[in-house]
Amino acid sequence: MTAVRSTQGSSGDVPALEVEDLKMHFGPVRAVDGFSLTLPQGQLTALVGESGSGKTTVGRCVVRLLEPTSGSVKVGGVDMTHLSRRQVRHHDARVSMVFQDPAGSLNPRMLVGDIIAEPLRMGRERLSASRRSARVTAELGRVGLGAEVAYRYAHELSGGQRQRVSIARALISSPSLLIADEPTSALDVSVQASVLNLLADLQRDIGFACLFITHDLSAVEYLADEVAVMYLGQIVEMRPREQIFAAPAHPYTQALLAAAPVADPAVQKRRDPVILGDDLPSPSDPPSGCRFHTRCPLAFDLCTTQIPELRTVPGGVAACHLVQPDGTGSELLGGSERRHI
Amino acid sequence: MTTTTSPPVTDTSHVLEVADLSVSFRTEGGTVSAVDKVDLRLDAGEIVGIVGESGCGKSVMAMALAGLLPASAHVTGSARLDGSELLGAKESTLRRIRGRDIAYIFQEPMTSLNPVLTVGRQIGEVLQAHEQLSRARARTRAIELMNLVGIPSAHERVDTYPHQMSGGLRQRVVIAMAVACGPKVLVADEPTTALDVTVQAGILNVLRDLRNGLGTSILFITHDLGVIADIADRVVVMYAGRVVESAPVQDLFDDPRHRYTAGLLQASPKPDRYAGSDRLQEIPGLVPVLSTHPDACTFADRCANASAQCRTSEPPLVGYAGEPQGDHLAACWHPNISGHEENAEER
Repeated sequence: MTAVRSTQGSSGDVPALEVEDLKMHFGPVRAVDGFSLTLPQGQLTALVGESGSGKTTVGRCVVRLLEPTSGSVKVGGVDMTHLSRRQVRHHDARVSMVFQDPAGSLNPRMLVGDIIAEPLRMGRERLSASRRSARVTAELGRVGLGAEVAYRYAHELSGGQRQRVSIARALISSPSLLIADEPTSALDVSVQASVLNLLADLQRDIGFACLFITHDLSAVEYLADEVAVMYLGQIVEMRPREQIFAAPAHPYTQALLAAAPVADPAVQKRRDPVILGDDLPSPSDPPSGCRFHTRCPLAFDLCTTQIPELRTVPGGVAACHLVQPDGTGSELLGGSERRHI
Repeated sequence: MTTTTSPPVTDTSHVLEVADLSVSFRTEGGTVSAVDKVDLRLDAGEIVGIVGESGCGKSVMAMALAGLLPASAHVTGSARLDGSELLGAKESTLRRIRGRDIAYIFQEPMTSLNPVLTVGRQIGEVLQAHEQLSRARARTRAIELMNLVGIPSAHERVDTYPHQMSGGLRQRVVIAMAVACGPKVLVADEPTTALDVTVQAGILNVLRDLRNGLGTSILFITHDLGVIADIADRVVVMYAGRVVESAPVQDLFDDPRHRYTAGLLQASPKPDRYAGSDRLQEIPGLVPVLSTHPDACTFADRCANASAQCRTSEPPLVGYAGEPQGDHLAACWHPNISGHEENAEER
């Protein structure tokens, strides 16, 4: 308890999130298998990868919806993995989560105002009903909803409004870290734009750090400071947004970016997406050596036997035997076919 | 006069001609209009993208074509497949046509496949039903079709069950079933939405190859503007049950005329947009649920350019100044025409 309290005033140079060698195994399935990441205060890092890459599991381990098999998760310098449930709940004030499906993550039998206020009741702070209601109104205003929404039920709202309610609930406890798991994937394009704008505004104004878990690369390119690419439970590349989109180093990152269609027919005509083949190998029996070697067009002998370490490349790291310190050496495509032309 | 009416859709060279198609549903809360007077054509070997947000009527419109809607749907208008009318056709006729002349691929392959039959049997079933092939011949043909859609080691996989395959392979099986009888028209309703981008790229290539190799015409329904940009030759934008814009793909993205289309493109994150320096344009408000077919623009309430005219008169789907006979049509009283903003105001 004291340990938790002491971090409330921690200085800005303690990272918002430090994950070290995280493993989450479900029986034989190694969903997350040696994942490390540091997220500085106020930064938005996007965690991307195909379904089955383990990105959602990482998010759930961070908020301790799952008990990791091994490894450590530090939020604001406090090791979450060694706290009791009660301590976590009090500590939860510092970490919040927004889920993909707002309809499924909002209690249909509670008024929106009560849903948003619930983290306040669960936390350490004791507030009067009127203070709570004032906080709810303020929070609704911050996400662009009127105070009257507090007296509605979730089913009376549109998908975009519901996701705003989820964000309000997540932010009412003034978290230093927000885990957003596919927050816009269930929304239509026009609504998605407003939620992405809202997240960008709130993050800039409030300054919380955010782990943005998604498969939508265009949203990542719009929002992220840094991008971490996951493949079969591990990070294969992590670099700042501009660098990873302009010159992805890892062959998997290149294939992922090349496969994501851009809303511009001229660009699509020029592009020749790398076809990786359909099958992501089973996480219960990951390939030896580099886990990507079974789908990598560049794979050679070494890749099947030796696990590539994360190597330093411009701005960050990439785990590929071929990649050089300047980020080259592992190009799947000729320079002219790169994403940005 | 800067406008002209669109040419009537009666030319028989089109594989599929939809005219004045409307669909409404009787519900407990009254009638809901899902599709309102849609005109559409699909030429031989053409891929037409239908784009719109949820509830715009794109799927309902496509399902109405082959009589796939429930009895509560009231369908009017005309849909001709190679000249023969589909709407109102007898169920026995439709059963012959479905799978042979017009075939569908849906979003979730697992729900389109029977979990207790091998994929080979399911592909073969289509051929046994429509082409009276023997079971052995159907199996051989199933392997050929699986090769065609890029399923590796098809001769082994023909005897596996759907659950033993990845999502991408399952969707390829569904495509193999759909093209088994060489349909003239393939309706692909969000076929890649449930798939990862790396798998999606492969499926889009298969569909493109089918068009190029077999000349199949494809009606490709999606909400994803990136996918549209990748695969469509021509795009039809739907909003609240109506077609609001129709154009060759490059024209639509370069020069969106309808304010809704322009808004949709502005709302999409693109490689050159970054939250630090740029903002996605939001479209305020919600898609209306309509019980009637109002004589007004259904986008007016969300449109910054709306005038009194927009609320009292339904804009026709027409070409614009300088290109009345062109193939870029929009249903907007104040279209977004670069450099012609003032002229548009006068219209």
